[in-house]
Amino acid sequence: MADELVELFDGTDDLIVVGIQRRGVQLADRLVAMIAEREGVQLPRGALDITLYRDDLQTVGPRPVVGKTHLPWALEGKRVVIVDDVLYTGRTIRAALDELADFGRPARIALAVLVDRGGRELPIHADVVGKTLDVPRGGRVDVMVNDLDGEDSVVMVPAEER
Amino acid sequence: MSGAGSAIGKDLLGLEELSADQIQLLLDTAEPFKEISLRAIKKVPTLRGATIVNLFFEASTRTRISFEFAEKRLSADTVNVQSSGSSVSKGETLVDTARNLEAMKIDMVVIRHPSSGAARFLAQRIESNVINAGDGMHEHPTQGLLDLLTLRDHFKRLAGLKVCICGDVLHSRVARSNIWGLKKMGAEVAICGPRSLLPNAVEAMGVTVFRRIEEAIEWADALNILRLQLERMQAGYIPSQREYNRVFGVTREKLERAPRDILIMHPGPMNRGVEIDSDVADGPHSVILDQVTNGVAVRMAVLYLLSGGNPALAEAAKG
Repeated sequence: MADELVELFDGTDDLIVVGIQRRGVQLADRLVAMIAEREGVQLPRGALDITLYRDDLQTVGPRPVVGKTHLPWALEGKRVVIVDDVLYTGRTIRAALDELADFGRPARIALAVLVDRGGRELPIHADVVGKTLDVPRGGRVDVMVNDLDGEDSVVMVPAEER
Repeated sequence: MSGAGSAIGKDLLGLEELSADQIQLLLDTAEPFKEISLRAIKKVPTLRGATIVNLFFEASTRTRISFEFAEKRLSADTVNVQSSGSSVSKGETLVDTARNLEAMKIDMVVIRHPSSGAARFLAQRIESNVINAGDGMHEHPTQGLLDLLTLRDHFKRLAGLKVCICGDVLHSRVARSNIWGLKKMGAEVAICGPRSLLPNAVEAMGVTVFRRIEEAIEWADALNILRLQLERMQAGYIPSQREYNRVFGVTREKLERAPRDILIMHPGPMNRGVEIDSDVADGPHSVILDQVTNGVAVRMAVLYLLSGGNPALAEAAKG
């Protein structure tokens, strides 16, 4: 994925990697580390918490915990890659695009996800995908990352087991 | 309508009713909201479509503006109603005023009122979420929360912290909210002031009483210095401002004898040269302006959490 990203942007100039809280941030860290190893460039890594931009916030009852957003750079003219663990309905990415727009107007925004499980409800697609899985509605994909979960794994949970 | 959906209930009336977990949740929720006020576009869409009325029956600059910023930064629509120049000055009762506002389909009311218990009285009679922005000598919960947040920012903990509230504790809703909040979070609380301005039987709450400011300075990690309301002098509680400053005023000379650096807090507005000297208010250990900054984040957190228990908003969003 790191190689694909560098290829997609034709280099690493003006590139900012932004992870979506929470697991997207860990994955963004790893992409930044891999790019540093391969290209010798340390890219800035931001974090985006999209809770306050969710379109279902008024319907979810008790308020979800809000995480940290960390984007201390001017985004004008920059190239931003959003990183998340699982791409499903596309609503999280819609919220992330809205939030990014409140920070500035990047020259380009791309999307990198570890897993694309299908099931889109909005016209959104990923530019870089680690793995495509066909998971029926009702099923779940859990991505675990070492820093938060103690292991690295992707687990598919079928609907009947939930 | 009920508050079942909100983690802190339908209303925020005081810190006395909240559990330590709920206070912790409010402080933790305020944390990410700080960042929004640092953005170029200081606004998130979270409370889009919500209507909030700021109902102020008593003069206020800081608290009203702070609430208004919090509301606007969450994209709520806000209306300010002040007692002067409104139907309140024509003798309308509190409940009638609020019911009329509710008839215009509002979601939340922020109320400041000179009578203790006014916020609760209102909360029991209207459907909207009610937030107490100070009621008489009872509580000022968002001030208590922003003081807790400022202390936690600085010391990275609240448990075991020694905080002394200095001045007119007797008439102070800020003091009451601070005492409740600090005790629940495991801090040690003391009060210090002239005997005539301290409440009776406060030791029963586990609060230490210092009669001399020097003792408080010897003991405390932080001083929260209350405003001396000048009308107290006319009422005979204290002999004179100068006398008050000499005995209870927090001055650089008195602080220089402290065994450790003491964090200096004040809820404002300050009487410089009375309860606090300018050297101290503007000194290196003063966090008085950090308190003001934190006030907006804390109020955003309160609005955010309370709105989670508002089914009318949920219905509206489903459209």
